[in-house]
Amino acid sequence: MNDLSAENANNIVLEIKNLVTEFPTRDGTFRAVDDVSFSLKAGKTLCVVGESGSGKSVTARSILQILDSPGRIVSGQILLHSLRGIASDADGPTDLARLKPRSNIIRSIRGREIAMIFQEPMSSLSPVHRIGNQIAEVLRLHEGMSKKQAWAQSVNLLDQVGISDPAAAADRFSFEFSGGMRQRAMIAMALACNPSVLIADEPTTALDVTTQAEVLDLIKSIQAERDMAVLFITHDIGVVAQIADEVVVMRQGKVLEQGDVFGMFENPGHPYTRELISGARDLDQPAAQRLAARASRDIGELILTATDVRKEFTISKSLFGLRPDKIAVGLKDASLELYAGENLGIVGESGSGKTTLARCLQRVYDLSSGTIRYSDRNGESVDLGSLPSSQLRPYWRDIRTVFQDPFGSLNPRMTVAEIVGEPMLVSGELSGRDLQMRVEELLELVGLPASAAQRYPHAFSGGQRQRVAIARAIGPRPRIIIADEPTSALDLSLRAKTLDLLLSLQEQMDLSFVFVTHDIAVVRYFCDRVAVMYKGGIVEVGDSETICSDPQHPYTQSLLSAVPRPDPLQRGNTRVRYSESVD
Amino acid sequence: MTDIDKETAVENSPQATLAHASQWRLMWYNFRQHRLAVFGGIIILILYIVALFAEFIAPFDPHSSTSKNVYHPPQLIKFIDHDEDGGWSFRPHVQQMELNRDRVTLEGNYTPVSGRKVYLRLFGKGDPYKLWGKFEMSRHLIAPANPGERFYLLGADRLGRDMLSRTITGTRVSMSIGLVGVTLSLVIGIFLGGISGYYRGAIDTVVQRTIEIMIALPTIPLWLALSAAMPKDWDTVTRYFAITIILSLVGWTELARVVRGRFLSLRAEDYVTAARLDGGSQSRIIFRHILPSMTSHIIAAVTLAIPAMIMAETALSFLGLGLLPPAVSWGVLLLEVQNIRSIAAGPWLFLPGGMVLITVLAFNFLGDGLRDAADPYASKGH
Amino acid sequence: MQAPPGDFVTALSASLTARGEQVDLVQLESIRERFGLDQPFLVQYWKWISGVLVGDFGVSFEWRQPVGELIGERMALSLILALATVLFTWAVALPIGVYSAVKKYTIGDYLITTIGFIGLATPNFLLALVLMYVGVVHFGSDVTGLFSPEFRNAPWSFARFKDLLAHLWIPVVILGTSSSASIIRIMRANLLDELPKPYVTTARAKGLSEFKLLMTYPVRVALSPFISTIGWMFPQIISGSVIVSIVLSLPTAGPMLLTSLKAQDMYLAGSFVLLLSILSVLGMLVSDVLLALVDPRVRRR
Repeated sequence: MNDLSAENANNIVLEIKNLVTEFPTRDGTFRAVDDVSFSLKAGKTLCVVGESGSGKSVTARSILQILDSPGRIVSGQILLHSLRGIASDADGPTDLARLKPRSNIIRSIRGREIAMIFQEPMSSLSPVHRIGNQIAEVLRLHEGMSKKQAWAQSVNLLDQVGISDPAAAADRFSFEFSGGMRQRAMIAMALACNPSVLIADEPTTALDVTTQAEVLDLIKSIQAERDMAVLFITHDIGVVAQIADEVVVMRQGKVLEQGDVFGMFENPGHPYTRELISGARDLDQPAAQRLAARASRDIGELILTATDVRKEFTISKSLFGLRPDKIAVGLKDASLELYAGENLGIVGESGSGKTTLARCLQRVYDLSSGTIRYSDRNGESVDLGSLPSSQLRPYWRDIRTVFQDPFGSLNPRMTVAEIVGEPMLVSGELSGRDLQMRVEELLELVGLPASAAQRYPHAFSGGQRQRVAIARAIGPRPRIIIADEPTSALDLSLRAKTLDLLLSLQEQMDLSFVFVTHDIAVVRYFCDRVAVMYKGGIVEVGDSETICSDPQHPYTQSLLSAVPRPDPLQRGNTRVRYSESVD
Repeated sequence: MTDIDKETAVENSPQATLAHASQWRLMWYNFRQHRLAVFGGIIILILYIVALFAEFIAPFDPHSSTSKNVYHPPQLIKFIDHDEDGGWSFRPHVQQMELNRDRVTLEGNYTPVSGRKVYLRLFGKGDPYKLWGKFEMSRHLIAPANPGERFYLLGADRLGRDMLSRTITGTRVSMSIGLVGVTLSLVIGIFLGGISGYYRGAIDTVVQRTIEIMIALPTIPLWLALSAAMPKDWDTVTRYFAITIILSLVGWTELARVVRGRFLSLRAEDYVTAARLDGGSQSRIIFRHILPSMTSHIIAAVTLAIPAMIMAETALSFLGLGLLPPAVSWGVLLLEVQNIRSIAAGPWLFLPGGMVLITVLAFNFLGDGLRDAADPYASKGH
Repeated sequence: MQAPPGDFVTALSASLTARGEQVDLVQLESIRERFGLDQPFLVQYWKWISGVLVGDFGVSFEWRQPVGELIGERMALSLILALATVLFTWAVALPIGVYSAVKKYTIGDYLITTIGFIGLATPNFLLALVLMYVGVVHFGSDVTGLFSPEFRNAPWSFARFKDLLAHLWIPVVILGTSSSASIIRIMRANLLDELPKPYVTTARAKGLSEFKLLMTYPVRVALSPFISTIGWMFPQIISGSVIVSIVLSLPTAGPMLLTSLKAQDMYLAGSFVLLLSILSVLGMLVSDVLLALVDPRVRRR
């Protein structure tokens, strides 16, 4: 914090008083924001935290009056204290809530006094306009710049947000940018008119954790430079702990609690806040259940060994073989070992090849080269990689999968009984009454009532669906379960429960897990060992606690240093940056 | 566990029935909301019933002509019969009309014959016919009470043939040609779209390029050229099937695209991969896991493809290259309005065109409704 | 293209017989020989198609004239008709589609949707017939043809061109109705897809006025699928123009194609079908090029 902002520390820029926003629907009026009050101070960050549907995003949109139809502000005040060009003290603050959404005044405030950035950096930028033009538009609109001036200033802004070769970048389109670059461009656009308030609506949710850390750093540094007030909307308690000065906790449209970030993490007042914070902290340590199980029984023999597995994808086939096919390497000679009874994590960011590796392990994908040796119950070893696909079926009963998306992985046209019973039915193992009893037994194992059997998947929530998927996976009494991000589609509160379910099944059924995830906290909770993947290759394998506390590879170091810890006292850890020019 | 609490809550709510609802029932719930689609469906049902019992519903033989009633204008049914004493009774009838020719201009003009009424009765005896070419019958839905009399609710053509009977008879050919043509297209479309979507690779490329070229070609000139290749001396039934084949040879592309597109997107679904990992055979994956998700989309696409077939047959017959008289279809009937003179003499000859319009509208409404209802899971979920 | 069973000579003799004229078999055989109709079909086809490749479309049996001379102006007028219809369709469909999407579920939207449905369901030729009927019975004017009698066979001049424009609008409106109806539906649906997208909110948060942001962003993005509609619209318009031209007796490809098909005038009919197909395939290509010009996502990938 520099001197300037310290001086203005209590300078309130924007004040929200008793805001109520409603959405009239056919079934009655839905009150999305219910009596919300808070204030933003210059140079400070206020985090609004809550789960989806808590009204945090609607609050942010109410400020600029850009609510989706039919939403409208019913009562309350949104007082903007600083309005450039207008003597704010003489006229008093402007109440944005009273302005008409299409009025000239609110339009002159949007993008100039208060700027906003959004969650989806891809779809928040127009796909058919050059990045430079999209930024220049704001300058021409509010600052009255000429086309040329505005373009030059856009290039300048892109430079300020850390985009290399800004002149060339301004000339490009959003789909030619990576996710992080798009969000930087959005920030450049928001900064164009030097606003006094920046509203950031989950700006890092769609980004990988290392990119998230960079964007958060960027927002921080710009805020310090310009003494901006930041309203940061997020569902991630870790992010809150890292960046907030003040925190507002929202649920069902209401503010449950607000206050200083250190105080709140130290001593949360509301049970819901406590639950949020402990939910994040619980996951950030090894599961007690797992440690107890490992203490009583040792890890067994080697059962699955992947050696130099390579997978290439054909991007476009050339017609008549005139030129070589375009090939992308999804997996570069990855080697991995899985022992009986252990949980092996595969961690990496999007595009690192972790899902490709998981699918290769099971021979869902054919390998380009390499071997996958599986030793079966009788100790006989077979190479799944070179087996003809017609002979894979018995091994697919030993190695089962739980998919990431519980909505896509269950056939909506089949009942739960049909879904769970399918593997036993097609193998001819069980049918009729026996099958029905086995399905009920499996449902009970995963904590679902027997009455669930006759229902269709649409009757269940995400967490329940994932239980159905787990029941299907354990049906044929497998030895290995490959779980591909099974918890990332679930709410935080359900993650630990689902993981605990998997751990208890492991004890009952002697399972080994290959657990694919992007979430370091989940690795720490669930996995005994972990393999870290980066750009299609495995950079580091080892004991998960050791890797989490003492990473060796620079990429692992950067990954770990980027993870936002749910503790404001652990701020300012030195960030390790890692980038490798591959290809 | 809160998870389970939610579960039991669902059990006791009115949503419990929804939880057990299969895809067809969910689709029916969705479809019912679509009033226009239900309305369109009812119209189409009626049209097919009319097509099925055309001979019975038509009051007269569509081919029986009379020079007395050339371009006879439509008559209105009156239900209450006032007799000369001022009393009345319920007797449906029409006012009889007579052709008078102007001696100088020779222009025909119909005038009511006072006191002469043609009484109508339900299920009366009329022109004999063979229902479905098998059962000899002579009862009609509506017939003149005195056999031999004629009435023209929708007017007559230049040979004095009853347009109502002709339009009803035309319904059979026009409505069925759409159905048969689409069935043929569907067979071609499922076969080519299916292998294209399933095997991908070179086969897919060839089929796709073929489809693209076919879509880029103008259909009517092709249809015309193919129809012109039919010998004129073929009988009606042969021509009918030749035309359906011609229509479907050109019209299969859209259905093939739908089938292939659905196939490709379903192949990528996690639950299809899951079915493979469950150990299902190729055929089980296709018939148990993929096909049930496609049928509703195919039905919707088929419904939307039928009107194009009907319009094409109408156009071909209208140009004299489709079905030929004495066969009766809406297109053949519209041959009568090809010249200005007959249009001016009998604007009611447009009636079959009106039928085409209503039919196509009804199919479009129904198809839109079916398409919207085809994926009852799309809006739910997340 | 498959040759019709029988050939031009059979058709000729049939029509002569129908008129009650004497048919001289020797003379017919000499005609057959002169046109090479005694040779196998594939040979005839090969001769014709290899001629087409060097610009020789063969000779029309019926007109005893080279096909190229017969169809030149007719194809040109067909092309003018099709292009005018495309322009008309765009001019009508774009603003109405945008209006319908922005004012969704208002009376205006419902009205447009209803008219659109009816427009889609009306066969072109029926619309042409009805217009003809209305023209003759209620206005006593003839809506057929593309030229007034005095220009019908006149050489091209500015006055003739003006006369063409004065007549062209009727077939253009008839042809454009159904394509406009479907494109309005497409435009409306596309725009409704685009309107709730985040980049619209971004633009609104910049402080743009509603009209400007609508035109700059969602309409601009929805334009891409709109442009690509020309690809499939063009074949349909060519198709429709054939039949509408027949009904309205326009001096375009349609009527002559029909008579040549009926008379089994093979080379003439074949040339028309070939050229019309080429024309609509070209339309498809043009739409692809336009799309690449308008949409950077297509151009840059």
